[in-house]
Amino acid sequence: MADIRMMREPLLPPEPPPRRHLLSISDLARGDVERLFATARSFEQSLEREVKKLPTLRGRTVVTLFFESSTRTSSSFELAAKRLSADTMSIKAAGSAVDKGESLRDTALTLAAYDPDVIVIRHPHIGAPNLVAACSGASVVNAGDGKHQHPTQALLDLYTIQRALGRLEGVHVAIVGDALHSRVARSLVQALALVGARTTVVGPPALVPAGIEALGCETTFDIEAIAGADVVYVLRMQRERMDAGAAFVPSLREYTTRWGITPERLRPGQVLMHPGPMNRGVEVDPRAADDPRSLVQAQVRAGLVVRMAVLYDLLTTGPVPVESAVREEVA
Amino acid sequence: MLVSNSRRRENVLVKGARVLDPVAGMDTVLDVRIDCGVIAALGSDLDSNEHHVLEGSRFVLAPGFVDPHVHLRTPGREDEETIASGTAAAAAGGYCAILAMPNTDPVVDSAAVLSALVDAARTDAVVRVGFLAAISVGQEGERLTEMADLADAGAVAFSDDGLPVASAGLLRRALQYAVITGRKLALHCEEPTLSRGGQMHEGRVSAELGFAGYPALAESVMIERDLALAAHERRPVHLLHLSAATSVEALRRWRELGVDATAEVTPHHLCLTDDAVRSLDPNLKMNPPLRSVADRIALLEALRDGTIGAIATDHAPHAREEKDVPFEAAPFGVTGLETAFAALYTNLVEPGLIPLETLLQRLSDGPARSYGLEPPRVAVGERANLVLLDTETTWKVREDAFRSRSANSWLLGQTLRGRVAATVADGRVVFEESLVG
Repeated sequence: MADIRMMREPLLPPEPPPRRHLLSISDLARGDVERLFATARSFEQSLEREVKKLPTLRGRTVVTLFFESSTRTSSSFELAAKRLSADTMSIKAAGSAVDKGESLRDTALTLAAYDPDVIVIRHPHIGAPNLVAACSGASVVNAGDGKHQHPTQALLDLYTIQRALGRLEGVHVAIVGDALHSRVARSLVQALALVGARTTVVGPPALVPAGIEALGCETTFDIEAIAGADVVYVLRMQRERMDAGAAFVPSLREYTTRWGITPERLRPGQVLMHPGPMNRGVEVDPRAADDPRSLVQAQVRAGLVVRMAVLYDLLTTGPVPVESAVREEVA
Repeated sequence: MLVSNSRRRENVLVKGARVLDPVAGMDTVLDVRIDCGVIAALGSDLDSNEHHVLEGSRFVLAPGFVDPHVHLRTPGREDEETIASGTAAAAAGGYCAILAMPNTDPVVDSAAVLSALVDAARTDAVVRVGFLAAISVGQEGERLTEMADLADAGAVAFSDDGLPVASAGLLRRALQYAVITGRKLALHCEEPTLSRGGQMHEGRVSAELGFAGYPALAESVMIERDLALAAHERRPVHLLHLSAATSVEALRRWRELGVDATAEVTPHHLCLTDDAVRSLDPNLKMNPPLRSVADRIALLEALRDGTIGAIATDHAPHAREEKDVPFEAAPFGVTGLETAFAALYTNLVEPGLIPLETLLQRLSDGPARSYGLEPPRVAVGERANLVLLDTETTWKVREDAFRSRSANSWLLGQTLRGRVAATVADGRVVFEESLVG
């Protein structure tokens, strides 16, 4: 009963809303982040109810198109769409026409023929979501393109930090590890800069790309630099980086000794984050991963509500109905 | 040995053009009369007789362009370019002669393959084509090609372009053997362990976008090695498509030490920087990649002062389906024959970065000299190799207007000033722009 709202505006034929995408953090202004978080907060409250499904996107179609393996991101988007009552369709590269040599453009055009409202895409190549956005009528959400961007990950990380620390402005985040190969690092550095947080990227010389400072961060090779941070954000360290000819670091063992996050390296009051999947014993000590200071589970939960908010935001143009209720909380 | 299908020698009168031959120091409004393909008279109010008249007033008449670096994709990828389409594109770009690279399928590494190409060019080539042959068999960097046989079969020079000669030992042997062939080596300088996997220039933009970097160092380290080898063996070399400030610096330093090295630069490296890659347009992906502002400035400086004597398009056609993919999945290379002059006039001459005279010399005399070819001249008694240039009209680069079979141009949709009105190659009008539109 309480959810019934009065229409205050005259009933006019609706204008088709401009098609919007979330391809990169650079698509967002600070106000967009605040609006998304207010929406996410309201969805978070709705998930505390016994019946968790909302009718908001009934009749809408959300396609997830994953050209790379993913557990949490694809399941998170799919559940987010289902919680909002959207129809979902999941396409994985393995077993699809892509295996038969179909080009990305043709795959996108084929899907576009079904008129989906949203296409969520993950692809190993930078800019693949832009290509899909250019040739389909859907709103496109980038769920990770190569080493470029993973904007919903950055948003859920910000949301997690805000829920844990109560603020974003002035928070100091140390991002530790392989920033060179990390779309998470690039998106997160940009997102943190957008909301006025401070970021230090820490890692071995060959894995901290010269020039990343331009996105709004400091860099250092010294692991001691994490001492001053409120948040220690650990990046996944991949074995391929030690391949012959690559040699970004001499060995995983040496990496773990120098840059691995142990409970001893965390100071009291710091929180630990990781985008997953974790390599326990490599970039993060299992004791640190399971420490109460770890926010990894909170990140996964935040992923669901933030992705619900993103889908909702792309497909609606009106004000968020619950915004006023939570405005004070996120201010 | 340059060949074309030219048999006819035409009678042409170019009326009232501003005749600009920078090497001869000529800059006057004149009529130029061509009798049977040979420049017969320069003067005022020349009688047209029965000659084909090219109206030149408002236009600049200059020595025809020479492109020392073209990929004709033949044999093997005739869907992307053929000798006929590539030379027609060259004619439309003002070129009277081009040199074709040997990285085809099969590679031009035997006299048989080369002879077949030369024969094909005699019937198909609209402007004169010279073919380079590979330095190593299959461009695999293992064994030398039969360079003397290839030279006899018509190889203009030798190159493994597209790939570096990774082995210093093999390059040294090739330089030594060049005494026998009398042909120059043209070197693609790239240290493969430094460029490995690189998609674009390593710098601020690659750090931001996440692309694997291809540092300027990968080029300049190899230039240092190759020029050290050339110095030791006392052989001349030509350096292909320079992209970096450190490469220019190395070239200057080795030249002062007496190395006989010529060099070329592409229009895209002169006009663009890595910042352009932010668009993620696969038509901005080439090897070597677009580099920093400082690199571009150094290239312009080197072009102005003559350290780099030649402009080369590195015209690299690719099929649409190959480029219609994300940046990382796309092959390296962009086309350039039909847009080079307009791109350079618009981006360099109009803003005052280089004088028109310098541009014309670097498009014609410079590249010809790099390979010891006869430079085109506007002079009585010379075979007519001329380009008539309209420096006022603007035009829009359209995919459907290319003579090339491929349209992977970084200039698509852009409006440029300066166009080729007509090209006379080897005594014949091979291109004439309709004056309408």
